[in-house]
Amino acid sequence: MLVGEPMMSLESAAFTFLVPAGCVHDPLQRSGLSGFTCEMAQRGAGPRDSRRFVLDLDNLGVERSELVSDAHTSYSGATVWENLPTALEIFVDLLRRPHLPSEQLEAVRQVMLQELHAVEDEPAHKVIIELRRRHYPNPWGRPAQGDRESLKAITIDDIRSHFTSCYHPNGTILGVAGRFDWDRLRKTVGRLLRDWQPRETAPFVEGPPEQKHHHLPYDSNQTHIGIAYPSVPYRHPDYFQAWGAVGVLSGGMSARLFTEVRERRGLCYAVHATYHSLRDRGGVFCYAGTSADRAQETLDVTLGELNRLAEGIKADELERLKARIKSALIMQQESSSARSSSIARDWYHLGRARTLDEVARHIDALTSQTINSYLSEHPPGDFTVITMGPGELEVPVGVS
Amino acid sequence: MEFHSHTLKNGLEIVAECNGDAHSTALGFFVKTGSRDETKAEAGVSHFLEHMMFKGTPTRSANDVNREFDEMGAHYNAFTNEENTVYYAAVLPEYQPSAVELLADILRPSLRPADFNTEKKVIIEEIHMYEDQPPFGADEKAKAAFYGSHPLGNSVLGTVESVTNLTPEAMCDYFRRRYSPGNVVLVGTGGIDFDGLVATGEACCGHWEPFDGGRTCAEPHPQEGFHVIHKEIATQQYVIQLARGPAADDQDRYPAKLLAMVLGDDSGSRLYWDLVDPGLAEHVGLNQCENQGSGLMMTFMSCHPEVAADNLHRILVVYRRAESEGITRVELDQAKNKLRSRIVLSSERPRGRLFTIGIDWVYRREYRSMADDLDSVAAVTVDDVSAVQAKYPLTRSATVVIGPLAEIPAPE
Repeated sequence: MLVGEPMMSLESAAFTFLVPAGCVHDPLQRSGLSGFTCEMAQRGAGPRDSRRFVLDLDNLGVERSELVSDAHTSYSGATVWENLPTALEIFVDLLRRPHLPSEQLEAVRQVMLQELHAVEDEPAHKVIIELRRRHYPNPWGRPAQGDRESLKAITIDDIRSHFTSCYHPNGTILGVAGRFDWDRLRKTVGRLLRDWQPRETAPFVEGPPEQKHHHLPYDSNQTHIGIAYPSVPYRHPDYFQAWGAVGVLSGGMSARLFTEVRERRGLCYAVHATYHSLRDRGGVFCYAGTSADRAQETLDVTLGELNRLAEGIKADELERLKARIKSALIMQQESSSARSSSIARDWYHLGRARTLDEVARHIDALTSQTINSYLSEHPPGDFTVITMGPGELEVPVGVS
Repeated sequence: MEFHSHTLKNGLEIVAECNGDAHSTALGFFVKTGSRDETKAEAGVSHFLEHMMFKGTPTRSANDVNREFDEMGAHYNAFTNEENTVYYAAVLPEYQPSAVELLADILRPSLRPADFNTEKKVIIEEIHMYEDQPPFGADEKAKAAFYGSHPLGNSVLGTVESVTNLTPEAMCDYFRRRYSPGNVVLVGTGGIDFDGLVATGEACCGHWEPFDGGRTCAEPHPQEGFHVIHKEIATQQYVIQLARGPAADDQDRYPAKLLAMVLGDDSGSRLYWDLVDPGLAEHVGLNQCENQGSGLMMTFMSCHPEVAADNLHRILVVYRRAESEGITRVELDQAKNKLRSRIVLSSERPRGRLFTIGIDWVYRREYRSMADDLDSVAAVTVDDVSAVQAKYPLTRSATVVIGPLAEIPAPE
């Protein structure tokens, strides 16, 4: 599926391929397989070997990034507009004709292990990974990076069979934004992908989530706190209500968490909450990092703010949020990368792309009454709480 | 795209790159002050003061400041480094006057003791946070090792001790020494109404009293050396290596930037193929950074402790070979193509342009359009790069290694 948004005032063009090769498809004993395959796929494709692949993209000035999420492996790039067709051609080779060279397997394994190691030094990141894993049922919250045993066990056959079962046109979405001509783009993409044969989608099994409260011992003077609670998914009619409520909690420096936890009490430097959505369920994920001796107070105050949200928001809080969103939407028109990934994700969640005008209409329609009636039906609760630090914290009674 | 500049009577400069087609406007006050302008006793005061600027003025409380920025839908923040403190906001063009008025007002803060004491806790939390995340303070330790007693080696954050001991009076003192209008540039990019910008600047900053806010600029005498810091809590080993590089007003900075790309860019560079592609290092990079009167070529590497000593050796081999054999024309062209695309992409948003325009003016009092930058990159030759290598050898550096290893041999 090709989704395009021309932005003729820009000099750049950006693209995002969403391939239905997310880590939910990783077999339990092969956790990290999607990431491993993504790394292998970049080691030569079509007429290019590994070095030529990087060299040609560098010469085209393609700024690229890859990401494995629950449902997708995404390949994104941005460059000056003239180079878009050639860049797409190289990435189509990656999707359709990667060499997956067995002689590079050990090197890629080392790359994957290095990345896994690096996370050990990033407690804030680790807490969020653990929070996702315990908030969503298995395999939805599974960490894409995998685990040591799995990464050590992955073979070239695992990679090739994962590629065969997950890299296919059905479910693949290509979002393009920036300076391009739609008819010409359609022809280019048609030429490159018309004869790509669909395959049956790889199945996966859903299991129960894990225990909701967990402490990770960490010998440091800091404690990292993660709290999650369920929310409606992106495709839900109440999505904008849920999103607005999170914005009041954490969007801008006058938002509640920043004001109460940092500005008023000086409890921490970093505190925030973000909305995240899978196709059928969503969640709000909060993080606060603080000195170990002030961690209990930070947890209590943060949970207090989450519970207070259910009492409703005020009209002036919403007005500030709307101003921020309005300017953010207009500024999105200045970034081809932001738009190409937005429209690709929209297509996955909604089966269509929302224009910025449509988003603006939804935002205009929000009132404190609509958000408050949403909040009374969906009060924050059923919290997942992860702490990481020298000592365990007490999660207050009534939080479950 | 039009450039304009204007100087107020008190010395405050106003510069802008105006783009009538832009959807947004970026505004920033660039103040020529940072950790290099601090005494030992006031270490961390520049950064602490940057936080205090958001804590209110005679006519606004801290809540008012945050609320008013949010009411404009501003994307705003501030940062402090060795020699600049920058306060900025990206807004829709209609908010230009109110954003300038608010930014100007917070630059004359109340510094109320109660706010001072609460914010001190936040700063200490921030110091703890950096101690607890990679590279575990090794960047500041490397700077201190490299610059020795020269003020460019000063820590931006300060220490828990120096920040704890700071008083509101000491901060006022520093403010009265550094925040002279002659040290301030108001910069605008994107959808800017320049006459309006000058009028608001005059109305809000014209009454600021000028005083001598000069900076003492002694020549630094960089030190070479190899230092290992044991950090048991870390899983990976981290390396910061500092070598001399061209200063901010030196034309050598373009060849140096391209050299850094050829040898140590994130993708497709010599260090990338030697260390990252085979999975020996999680990350390796070489960056060029400029200061007033001095510059740095900074190597960063993170890897599993087992291979750290080998990797240090590999980096040295890459740098030695580059010094003896130079780089090739093909490599230079590849780096130019990458840099050209990066310059174009990062210039698309007014907030991307803001820092380029501001830094060009603060250091060189010059305006360079995006096309000027692209031309300078295109003009660099292989010989220019060789000349830079001879002048700034990467093999002569101060290295700090931090991580779970208590000892690690220096590469030979």
